[in-house]
Amino acid sequence: MNDTRTRLHADEPQARARPGKYLTFRLATETYGLPVLAVREIIRLCPITPVANMPPHVRGVINLRGRVIPIVDLRVRFGLTVMPDHDRTCIVVAQVASSTGGSRPYAIVVDAVDEVAVLAEADIAPPPDFGGAVDTRFITGLARREGGVTTLIDLDGVALNETCSGQPVTP
Amino acid sequence: MPPAVCGAAAAWQRATMPSEDLIDGIRNLLRRIGLELAFVDAAKDGSTGPLKPLLQELEAAVRGTAPDAIVSAVAVASSWLSGPQTDTVERLTIWHPWLDEAITAWSRGTSLPPLPTALTQPPATTSAGPAQAVVRRPASIVADSVPVTVLPEGQDGEMMRLFCSEAVELLQEIEQGVLVLETSPHDADTLATVFRAFHTLKGNAAVMKLVVLQRLTHELESLLDAARRGARPLDRDAIEIVLAGADAVAAYVAETSRQLDGHEVGRAIPLPVQAIVDRVHDLLAQPAVTATKAPHPGTVPLPAKSAQSAGVPPRATIAPHATTEPQAALAATVSTPSPRAPESPTPASATPPPTPPSDVPGAAHATGSSGSVRVDTAKLDGLLDLVGELVIAQSMVVEAAGGGDESLVRSLTQLRGITSDLQRTAMAIRMVPIRGAFQKMGRLVRDTALSLGKEIRLIVEGAETELDRTVIEEIGDPLVHMIRNATDHAIESPAERIAAGKSAVGSITLSACHQGGFVVVRVSDDGRGLDPARIRAKAVEKGLIQADAVLDARDTLELIFAAGFSTAAQVTDLSGRGVGLDVVRRNVERVRGKVEVESVKGRGTTFTLSMPLTLAIIEGLVVAVAGQRFVIPALAVRESFRPLSTGLSSVHGRGELVAVRGQQVPLVRLGRHLGITGAIEDATQAIVVVLEAGSDRRCLLVDDLVGKQEVVIKPLGESFAGRTPFAGAAILGDGRVGLILDSLALVRLSRRSSTETAA
Repeated sequence: MNDTRTRLHADEPQARARPGKYLTFRLATETYGLPVLAVREIIRLCPITPVANMPPHVRGVINLRGRVIPIVDLRVRFGLTVMPDHDRTCIVVAQVASSTGGSRPYAIVVDAVDEVAVLAEADIAPPPDFGGAVDTRFITGLARREGGVTTLIDLDGVALNETCSGQPVTP
Repeated sequence: MPPAVCGAAAAWQRATMPSEDLIDGIRNLLRRIGLELAFVDAAKDGSTGPLKPLLQELEAAVRGTAPDAIVSAVAVASSWLSGPQTDTVERLTIWHPWLDEAITAWSRGTSLPPLPTALTQPPATTSAGPAQAVVRRPASIVADSVPVTVLPEGQDGEMMRLFCSEAVELLQEIEQGVLVLETSPHDADTLATVFRAFHTLKGNAAVMKLVVLQRLTHELESLLDAARRGARPLDRDAIEIVLAGADAVAAYVAETSRQLDGHEVGRAIPLPVQAIVDRVHDLLAQPAVTATKAPHPGTVPLPAKSAQSAGVPPRATIAPHATTEPQAALAATVSTPSPRAPESPTPASATPPPTPPSDVPGAAHATGSSGSVRVDTAKLDGLLDLVGELVIAQSMVVEAAGGGDESLVRSLTQLRGITSDLQRTAMAIRMVPIRGAFQKMGRLVRDTALSLGKEIRLIVEGAETELDRTVIEEIGDPLVHMIRNATDHAIESPAERIAAGKSAVGSITLSACHQGGFVVVRVSDDGRGLDPARIRAKAVEKGLIQADAVLDARDTLELIFAAGFSTAAQVTDLSGRGVGLDVVRRNVERVRGKVEVESVKGRGTTFTLSMPLTLAIIEGLVVAVAGQRFVIPALAVRESFRPLSTGLSSVHGRGELVAVRGQQVPLVRLGRHLGITGAIEDATQAIVVVLEAGSDRRCLLVDDLVGKQEVVIKPLGESFAGRTPFAGAAILGDGRVGLILDSLALVRLSRRSSTETAA
């Protein structure tokens, strides 16, 4: 995470995921992981206020104890099937790098939270080359675990790219 | 020379050994006298002004303690200043090092050095003899025009404090700005900021009757104005003068605050402005060509000139004691351009500001002692956030507890009492009475009226009305401007008034009151009123409107707020240089307020400023569209109603209009504007909210009105920066986030978006 913090733009070569503790969660049928140090808290699904003029993956804003924070749907962002919210759907509030230097809270909708996994150096493989078929910009590595592969993602890159790059804006 | 000086040379041994404190005090005075001496311009009347109080002080300090020779030497020097001699300054420059030595001798108990012969000679005079001079004018008389002020007894300490703390902020702004200008002299924005800061400082000084300070700031303002107009680019000389001026003001302010805190009250405060004023004049008199040339490495830009304009007479007598600390500092100041210019032709790393008496004792504890604590507003916002959450969490607990346990219900009631108190207190922290801002106006009106030969009465109402400190800061300038307009232009001369059948005494009413979550400040006068025909003619002349434009009375009056519409033709102390009512409107809109004007020709004019109590909280109208709720700042809402089908019309089948009080106002469907589906399509089943910003009006179609609520404004954050039509977000009563519509943008931009909708 320390490596990814210092990046200025998501198009720069991304850092490799480091060994350590990762929070794993489900998006559609796939498993993803974020470094636990970047996770602030996990909360139940709460009412989301949509914000007009934003790309479709930005679901809107939520009230986190008086703070208004953005919430995004990574399923939309990564082009996965979006299933309706259910009782295991929850919100992971992470800290991402702010353009002003510090960090800011950033919430994502996940289909379910799995566990905190300890990943060793040997467990992590570099992001594979899908030959352009898959957007690997936000992948820092793949972890082989029991029961499948966990995709480790770079949330800083996701958040940064949302504000800096020319995402198509649907009115 | 009076015999006292010559005859008392041996008397030192009778005097007791002085205490260290006393010697320190005297040395300090001497040092300041030395500094002032260096700034004196022998050819200028009154430039020795700052020396008088210092010498008086010195006289008081040595009287009864020092050897007679010192006492009489000080007394004599003091008398020179009031006398008619022409060589006072020269004598003082010899006298100063002698006294320095004499004090050292006294403190060590050794014998005093002999008085230099130059001092015992009869002084060169133009008229009367020296003995007469001593008798005729005691040195304690300080003429009105000298650049020195003494805090008057009974001066309103509160106002002076306000002046000082504002001045400190302005000076910071100036210093920062000037440093930027050093590297990029053509930065128009920074130049404007520095100019405005001086302008405000001048205005404040005028209000406080600090004539000398007003003069200094006026000169510096002229210099900056020349730069602003492009007549004379800000080069190094100019920047140094501006900094020197700012330093002089800073030293003055520091000493004033010190006296306000009760240290050595009543002592005169020197403000050496003459040297700076002269330098400004010299500089403005120079042809602008010199400034356009970049300073050439290796050349020394005008060293002789700046030495002279700094006010140091080229006298050999200054050399012997140039080694003493203050003199050394001065020597460095005087010759600044020479040693450094070759190495650092870029102004970025240029010279330190010259050091006029910034080392006045006490300059260190300058400000910030008004018995209150300055808190970062971010912390206050955090507190408000938490209190808001507490209220919501509490209501959840109350709901969960139901009507069950009686003791629990009682405890919860108690909790509710505490949380609502807490909420009120958290809000109140930001609030201060508007009194301070109003008090300034009293002086302003009185002084302006006096100088214009008018009789004006100022009636103040509701000075205890409280509002957010930041809001008060923002409306300070607009208030001054409107009051000046009223006194300067609106109120007629007594003769005119009598001829018009009015009382000779004009009146201006300044009032403030709370009105439904807002503070309404009114400035009204019973003067000549605004003449719509003249306004129209002027607007046409300035190219603001077409000659054949059709405007109703209200829109015509609105023209006075347009940028570029300024009625002040000449530059005076009172009316600005084209700082017009557009600035008033902009300042007020910046705090989410609005300005309106009403006027009856011949009867008077009323300006009404409506502002939110605070910048952190707004009164919001909560509306619903397709199940979503939005907050509209209530100040922007003129009215709301359910339209009748007869009041609706459309142009080209698309552009919709609503009849509002006989006027056709364009309609914006909020749902369509935000891209929300499911909004009520039939306008007669929905609600029209009439928004207003200045003279622009737009109708907003929403499904329903939910209610009115005070909301704390929260930023949307960088994920949304500049991409949404919202001004922020707010936590609504049920804990959900409601988005606050940017009403100003909606009204002014909706022309474009309604055509988009139509397309």
